[in-house]
Amino acid sequence: MIQVKNLTKKFDQFTAVNDISFQVDSGEIFAFLGPNGAGKTTTIKMLTTLLRPTSGSIHLDGFDPWVKQRDARQRFGIVFQDPSLDSEQTAYENMELHGILYHIPHRVRVERIELLLRLFELWDRRKDYVKTFSGGMKRRLEIARGFLHTPKILFLDEPTLGLDPQSRNQLWNHVKDLNQKESTTVFLTTHYMDEADRVAHRIAIMDHGTIVAIGTSAELKARTSTDSLEAAFLALTGTSLRDESANSTDNLRRFAQMWQKR
Amino acid sequence: MGAIYIMWLREVKRYFRSRAQLIVSLGQPTLYLLALGFGFGPIFARAGAGNYIQFIAPGIIGMTVLFSSIFSGMAMLWDRQFGFLKETLVAPVPRINIIFGRTLGGATVAMMQGLLMFIVCLIAGFRPVHQHAPGAPATYNWLAIPVALIFVAMIAIVFAALGASAGSSIKDMQGFQVLMNFLVMPIFFLSGALYPLKNLGPVMTWITRADPLAYGIDGLRGVLIGNWQFSYGPQFNFLLDFCILAGLAAIFLGTSAWLFSRIEV
Repeated sequence: MIQVKNLTKKFDQFTAVNDISFQVDSGEIFAFLGPNGAGKTTTIKMLTTLLRPTSGSIHLDGFDPWVKQRDARQRFGIVFQDPSLDSEQTAYENMELHGILYHIPHRVRVERIELLLRLFELWDRRKDYVKTFSGGMKRRLEIARGFLHTPKILFLDEPTLGLDPQSRNQLWNHVKDLNQKESTTVFLTTHYMDEADRVAHRIAIMDHGTIVAIGTSAELKARTSTDSLEAAFLALTGTSLRDESANSTDNLRRFAQMWQKR
Repeated sequence: MGAIYIMWLREVKRYFRSRAQLIVSLGQPTLYLLALGFGFGPIFARAGAGNYIQFIAPGIIGMTVLFSSIFSGMAMLWDRQFGFLKETLVAPVPRINIIFGRTLGGATVAMMQGLLMFIVCLIAGFRPVHQHAPGAPATYNWLAIPVALIFVAMIAIVFAALGASAGSSIKDMQGFQVLMNFLVMPIFFLSGALYPLKNLGPVMTWITRADPLAYGIDGLRGVLIGNWQFSYGPQFNFLLDFCILAGLAAIFLGTSAWLFSRIEV
């Protein structure tokens, strides 16, 4: 379903992603783990047509996203690390806007919006502005939206960041459920080892722009002779801290927070 | 088509939902109209240039449309900030449709703001007039309003597209402030919105002729009170302003589409 060969992304001198190759099968839940700055988000951006790779090839359901861009885009859904909802519109309007952008016929759209909003327990709040939602509700809405156009692949970039254990638990239940019912391939990144251990069929561990290990949770533990995924992760990536410098988006966010209370 | 419509609708919905902002954003142009209009009125009349409220009102309407439309485009900065931009960047529709929808929406909103400002001008004593012959008494010319709307629409589209080009290229607040100080304010002050462009020195004449808004204001003022910048007769002036604005609209729309299609996050 996802095929990546020798993918590389360089920013000036810095190599964010260095010659990675992997393959995700149809219907699989595949987790990308790695410390901050390992290149996970850069990889997702390249897979989802937001960033042009320096070299290497990508195929999503057989389509090269840089050649058959619209075909590829129609086939995946994405939940970004940062929220990407329109907070000035209602939950329903956000779903509808997505449905129209993804060419879902009117009748299917109406049915599926109701189905997904009910599933993610947002149907009663459908007429409320997204700006009044809690972090957990926004995440649920984003994931519901990601499933709206029945994508073949769903990308989840740290979807549970900042959520309480209840929301995380429920969220993964829904994702696993839809992965089975609609046989959606799921590609996720997370910092929570227990989540990856619980939901992912296979795990790739990334560090300094390269994939250091790939396999099932059991395989990774066996390879490092450790008894938990966390211990395996630390054995593979070391214990030193990673510092990231703030980029312009972070600065802008700080500025916006000064002016508006959201 | 669906994408253009839904992006247009989003802008228009936003406008109607923030009524407070709608009123507040008319505050600044109203202040200009009243403070400058009545403040400079006596000296303008003494210089033999007629009623200053009549002169400045088309300029203030143009100013309202300029600010409203250019900000709608730059509002992309906030969508970048709050993430919604990415939702539209990965959508399986040509990006040109997304940016056109946004720009048309922003232009629609700016036109509505212009219409509201027109009403404010009427309350302040402005009247569209027709001067039959030099020296003859002027008569009210309400039919000028629909014609003036053509220029309001063209100003709105030109600057919504310029704003969208800017919004596609700036990434942070510093960029926004630079554009505000070195693009938007000069466009306004050098457009002839506040003073006549006739009899200026050669340098000022050339600078003001390079200002896109000057042609919009000239069109508005010409249609509404029969005061044109160039002395070639109203038909020629009308056509000149119209063609220049149409050309600029095409250029800016193309630029915004190109810049937007290149966005990487």
